[in-house]
Amino acid sequence: MSAPSIVAENLTKRYGSFTALSNLNLKIEGSKCVGFLGPNGAGKTTTLKIFTDMIRASEGRALINGVDVHLNKKKALGSVGALIESPEVYPALTPREALSMVADLRGLPRAEAKKKIEETVAEVKMNEWLDKKVGKFSKGMKQRINIAAALLSDPEVIMLDEPTTGLDPRGQSEVRDIVKDLKKKNRLVFMSSHLLNEVQEICDEVAMIDHGKLIVYDTLSNVTTRFSSGGSNTVDIEFSRDIDEQSANRNIASLTNVSSVDRIDARKVRIHFSGGIQNQERLLLDLATMKIGMISFRPAASALEDTYLNLIKDTL
Amino acid sequence: MTQPASPNLADMKERVLPSGVSQVGTITKYELVNYFRSRRFFVLLIIGLIISGLLTALVGYYRPSSFLASPLSFYSSWWAGPMGSITFVIVLSGIFYGGDAISGEFQNKTGYFLVANPLRRSSIYIGKWLGALIASIIMLGVFAAITIGNGIYYFGLNIPNQLWESLLFAVLYLIAVLGFTFFFSSLFKSTSMSILVTAILFLFAFNLIQTLVERLVKIEAWFMITYGAQIITNVLIDPYPTTMTQGFGRDAFTSYAATIPEGIAILLAYFVVTAVLGLFLFERREFT
Repeated sequence: MSAPSIVAENLTKRYGSFTALSNLNLKIEGSKCVGFLGPNGAGKTTTLKIFTDMIRASEGRALINGVDVHLNKKKALGSVGALIESPEVYPALTPREALSMVADLRGLPRAEAKKKIEETVAEVKMNEWLDKKVGKFSKGMKQRINIAAALLSDPEVIMLDEPTTGLDPRGQSEVRDIVKDLKKKNRLVFMSSHLLNEVQEICDEVAMIDHGKLIVYDTLSNVTTRFSSGGSNTVDIEFSRDIDEQSANRNIASLTNVSSVDRIDARKVRIHFSGGIQNQERLLLDLATMKIGMISFRPAASALEDTYLNLIKDTL
Repeated sequence: MTQPASPNLADMKERVLPSGVSQVGTITKYELVNYFRSRRFFVLLIIGLIISGLLTALVGYYRPSSFLASPLSFYSSWWAGPMGSITFVIVLSGIFYGGDAISGEFQNKTGYFLVANPLRRSSIYIGKWLGALIASIIMLGVFAAITIGNGIYYFGLNIPNQLWESLLFAVLYLIAVLGFTFFFSSLFKSTSMSILVTAILFLFAFNLIQTLVERLVKIEAWFMITYGAQIITNVLIDPYPTTMTQGFGRDAFTSYAATIPEGIAILLAYFVVTAVLGLFLFERREFT
């Protein structure tokens, strides 16, 4: 049995003179989670919409498990669960009915469908609302039902377009857990997101797109190693009292592994240091020992955020 | 967070998707559930009941001779009504159920829930169309039942065969109207625009154009859907009306009447053309 795959071949989408997607070539294969990153208008949702035949490519092909989505949508999407742009469920239906409709459309046997609906609704923590009309739901509750619909048929390929949109922090965390579990179940997850920490936490690989063009696609560690300027080794420190330029430059900069210190304002500095997590721990200890009124110590940016900011210079 | 046990990947790949016909049935089923739970179904039902109730009360109180002369004249007068009651009910059904059937999928984003599933867009279109047809037929059935109930009250079980023919033509007109409204619904992404255009066309424009064509241009309006729909009431007139010219020269006035084959052909042509165009538009339209 071949591994699940998503392939974009010279995928291009034009709206008049505006090119939303330009010759995207991407081959994702195997069981993993791939984060799809880029600024607003970069072409992330356009790509996902082409893969679900919601829009047509101007040029190129979108293949899922080797099947062209546009030429044989039914077969191509048979093994795909997708959540694109926070859809609305018919307001007069209950989650049970809406999910039964999806189960019927996907050919789940009745008994299995009933069980799966209850399981997936429980998974998105909506079991208490199973028989209430969707029209009364909040945006976050609707999004949970949409996620349940995407997962209902146990698809081997899952496409998620900013799945945590509209969810509260707990909901976002739950979605991250769901995606992590999908990886364990040998699924291929292709997920666009603006939340870099989310992608860093759950994805194995990352594809970055800007102005419709793919900038990089590689494993998360390769991407951050190749393109990060060391952002992972930067911490922001906050003090309870003013700290002068001299103390910052002399005392802090002289600490082991510290390469430079930037004074952000009277009570904040940014420290760049070398090494990994052990050195970060050592730095925290050293600063605490100095007793200079440190009240906050946090990484300035994640490696992925640093990489993202290096690769994507501006926002549309 | 616990995960449900999942079937293994091999089993999953072997799952057979339902046929297109089966998926059409699913869409129709849930479209009907959505209709029956919505306010619009009851609003339309109330409108139908008000029209029927008014006619019942007026005929019962005034007992007009045009209604009570014979069973045929009763059904003819009731069907045609002061404002073409049967066609009015059909057009209202078309507007209520078809006006935003497709445009709503775009504007309300409900289409995003459906389209990303493994089914053809034609299955969605046909399923929704069938849902609208069934809901409209229920409405038509309620109106017809009240009509026949009144007829039985005045004339007993002496129901003329022409009434059943008329009812069949009414269903055919309903099919054509829904084909047309779905076409306009596919044309616009805004629900209010598609409903408004459909309402203006069917409630005013078509009748106006037909009158102008017949009176001023003095040609048979064979290309108008409303002209074809005349067979619904004409079949209840004995003898069946024919095209007649009254007066002479410039003052001559011709009243045109579609024959039954002509009427059927016009209604079928409207349905086929608008259904094909509407489906084509929906297939092409992008969920941007």
